[in-house]
Amino acid sequence: MADLAIKPPLAELNPPLVEGNHSYSTVTHTVSGIVERKTPKQWFIAISISGAITLMMLGMIGYLFLNGVGVWGNNSPVGWAWDITNFVFWIGIGHAGTLISAILFLFRQKWRTSINRAAEAMTLFAVACALLFPLIHVGRPWRAYWMFPIPNTDLNMWQNFRSPLLWDVFAVSTYGTVSALFWYVGLLPDLATLRDRARTRIRQLVYGVLSLGWRGSARAWRHYEMAYLILAGLSTPLVLSVHTIVSFDFAVSIIPGWHTTIFPPYFVAGAIFSGFAMVVTLMVIFRYAFQLEDLVTIKHLENMNIVMLATGSIVGYAYATELFIAWYSGNMYEKFAFLNRTTGPYWWAYWTMVSCNVISPQFFWFKKLRRNIPFMFVISIFVNIGMWFERFVIIVTSLHRDFLPSSWGYFRPTFVDVCTFIGTLGFFTTLFLLFVRFLPMIAISEVKGVMPAPGASERGQH
Amino acid sequence: METAQITPFAAIAEFDTPGALVQAAEKVRKAGYSKTDALTPFPVHGIDEALGIPRSHLGYIVLCIGMMGTAAALLLQWWTGAVDYPLVIGGKPLFAFEFSIPVTFELTVLFSSFAAVFGMLALNGLPRFYHPLDNARMTRRVSDDRFVLVIDKSDPKFHPVETIGFLRSLNPISTELVED
Repeated sequence: MADLAIKPPLAELNPPLVEGNHSYSTVTHTVSGIVERKTPKQWFIAISISGAITLMMLGMIGYLFLNGVGVWGNNSPVGWAWDITNFVFWIGIGHAGTLISAILFLFRQKWRTSINRAAEAMTLFAVACALLFPLIHVGRPWRAYWMFPIPNTDLNMWQNFRSPLLWDVFAVSTYGTVSALFWYVGLLPDLATLRDRARTRIRQLVYGVLSLGWRGSARAWRHYEMAYLILAGLSTPLVLSVHTIVSFDFAVSIIPGWHTTIFPPYFVAGAIFSGFAMVVTLMVIFRYAFQLEDLVTIKHLENMNIVMLATGSIVGYAYATELFIAWYSGNMYEKFAFLNRTTGPYWWAYWTMVSCNVISPQFFWFKKLRRNIPFMFVISIFVNIGMWFERFVIIVTSLHRDFLPSSWGYFRPTFVDVCTFIGTLGFFTTLFLLFVRFLPMIAISEVKGVMPAPGASERGQH
Repeated sequence: METAQITPFAAIAEFDTPGALVQAAEKVRKAGYSKTDALTPFPVHGIDEALGIPRSHLGYIVLCIGMMGTAAALLLQWWTGAVDYPLVIGGKPLFAFEFSIPVTFELTVLFSSFAAVFGMLALNGLPRFYHPLDNARMTRRVSDDRFVLVIDKSDPKFHPVETIGFLRSLNPISTELVED
């Protein structure tokens, strides 16, 4: 009896996933309304800015194609720099979307339903930004199909399947494809909702074709649910494999600072950490912009902050392990690589990384802070910055001082490096703005599935 | 009265809660109807059992095609690397299962995912842009907040008047005979 009394009431342990006085049709209306209303003026302002930045990116890529990779700061001994940093940065961001849509689904975490659609869209757009970099880094991008085993008459040989770089081609392209399939399957019922609500001919046609004639039949739902479960089951090991294989790009080499067995788990934790930071950044903005506070509640944001706290701590632990092993291994090259990383010419990058990734998420131990929207927004930006620096630190500080002091150098980005990266931020934002304008940014049918059924309480009486 | 002129496709009844739909579906099955379906805005738990819909066998399709992906990946890596164009790189063997794990895994997942999505569409007969049920007045709201029970005309017990009468006895919001 006594311990029953001190337990908090159930409502506090399991707050409702949908707040306010919502019925099925108000949920439909709230989410579809965003797509059906007149386009807000702010959307046009935002997309003109992000569109202009995207154009700048395209200009930079054109300039690169005309002049070659020499327009970047990459030079011996730093052959990989911002290009690969940006690639790993973007691919990592994508991982939160898959984690939310697949892993949380398998763990029956119902709170994922309000955020999974937007997070999956973020995954797709992040992967699009990521794929750009290896493609434009290959030197002759018009030969990019040489990365795939396509029979052709100009290469006349096959790819080297013993190379982690080729594994990466398969991992990232599979990841992009499967994420797109998963996202589209999730969209089907909601596209049907938009089709049924469409008032204009063009909307009826576009959403009608996209929804493939989905009618919500129970016989169709059972195959649909099975497909969704299978895709979640496939995506879960897939997402872990992708960043594992990305880390193999480094770990399988013999460069001190890269050649470590901790890389796969450390990269996966970092990817989820950075991805959740990006989801928080985006959700804080769009939940406010489209008044979705009832569907994306403070509890959702708090849960994501807890994930950031956990994965951020794993990342911090990995940093400490790396340093410890460098010392404990007794290997002078390892020792030097880490001493150089922490106190060498790039010390400022290392300590920016540590402050953003290790210190900033620790504030989320405090309930007040992790439920404070402006505060979590600032922290999520810090984490985004910190995780970019993590990849920069790993890549550049391990390369810039080669085994011989005669081949030491200092990497400096050129304006093309900087503008291409900023350009991908604009590209990502443009894609996301188009998504929120034309597709339901919250999974309508899934939210209805986790809502209390209407009349559930009365039915028990008769 | 209108039943005399039209060729019926199905008799349908509309409910406003998933619970009411499942209760009605139980009664429909117990009354001996088997060619039944339900249209719902989200997957309703218990409806499969209530209507006697068997479990999806999509998993077997995915398993077969996924294993084809595994085989294709291994063949690809072995044939290109050890048969068609053997190249010694870093003294590594021309083919070994260790280095082929990542690509094999990825292609297995890729094939399985395609099988899951296109298998699901094929089993559901999608894309299908016209369906007689679209003629019904009430099916527009299925993707919003209505739960519709369907008894198909191919059911041996189907009768345009009696089936509608039976559906009315289940306390729906409304019933309708859908034209083919």
